[in-house]
Amino acid sequence: MTKLLNLIAILLLTLSCAAQNSGLGIGDVAPDFKLKNIDDTKVSLADYKDANGYIVVFTCNHCPYAVMYEDRLIELQKKYASQGYPIVAINPNDPVVKPGDSFSNMKVRAREKGFNFAYLFDEGQKVYPQYGATKTPHVYLLDADRKVQYIGAIDDDARDESAVSVRFLEDAIAALQKGDKPDPAITKAIGCSIKTQ
Amino acid sequence: MINLNMSPKGFILLVILLSSGVFNLTGQEWQLDHIPQYETFEELYPQINMDNDTTYVVNFWATWCGPCVKELPYFEELNTDYKDQAFKMILVSLDMEKQLESKLVPFLNDNKIQSSVVVLLDGKANRWIDKVDPSWTGAIPITIVHHGKQKKFHEEVFHSKEELEAIVLPFLNN
Repeated sequence: MTKLLNLIAILLLTLSCAAQNSGLGIGDVAPDFKLKNIDDTKVSLADYKDANGYIVVFTCNHCPYAVMYEDRLIELQKKYASQGYPIVAINPNDPVVKPGDSFSNMKVRAREKGFNFAYLFDEGQKVYPQYGATKTPHVYLLDADRKVQYIGAIDDDARDESAVSVRFLEDAIAALQKGDKPDPAITKAIGCSIKTQ
Repeated sequence: MINLNMSPKGFILLVILLSSGVFNLTGQEWQLDHIPQYETFEELYPQINMDNDTTYVVNFWATWCGPCVKELPYFEELNTDYKDQAFKMILVSLDMEKQLESKLVPFLNDNKIQSSVVVLLDGKANRWIDKVDPSWTGAIPITIVHHGKQKKFHEEVFHSKEELEAIVLPFLNN
């Protein structure tokens, strides 16, 4: 019995390691999902009928780096939703670990900030591992076919918006609009690790 | 028996040394102007990448990062255990500039941190994350152990001093 349990434990460990290393790369088709939005509806990418693409952002309430980008996300949604690139924000954290990231606190934060985009709760933490998100904020820009075209940071300076010199995400959208491939297609930024038990 | 006989000059010198903090018996009192701050990663890099006979443990963290704060005591314990060896612990804080005085300094004092602490203020992280290690996704905490040209990168949280020690020992025994 103990042997069997050990075997199962090893198997689970291997699987969880594999899950951590996988995730989406450039050109992969991103999986759709059906997650609870802050307005208590369920939201899927397929709901955005006229989308030319999707800005999927893993973000949350508690992380200072996520908070630093809240205003910028609101501006991006104002600018790009009408161009067919809606922001779909997903909170991937386990609220047992971070009570500040609970669904009810998501509603509070969205109201305080006046979020103009969907802010979904990754209940059971099933979506973020499929994408391979490791931190908040972490952006996946998808094209109309849900193919991943850009992964990474929103721009090149989280701390100081006035010091931003490269707007990675906006440049990537502009490339898609011209029928080009984003360059760079992958960038990195500091963020908070996704909280799991 | 310790010989406490001392010349008046020697006594004065001892008093000066004690009050100046050179012999700090009660633990260091952190002040902002004693903490090196680096505006760019390039300025910091030589400090965390010394090629000599010392084993370096470099941890990127911030006071706002829960998992970072949780594992910090293990780094402090290890720092105490190895203080007589060719070993140096460097805690690279990614705290925001406007929170250094209000958050970082009180944190260091409240927790009686003994390791070296430096602050990296470079917000253009996409430029330097890969220079720390190409496999780093950007989430903190991370820990690097290095000795001479040998280096190992860990993007994981440590749950005990023993877990941390296990990755450091191979470098010390070199």
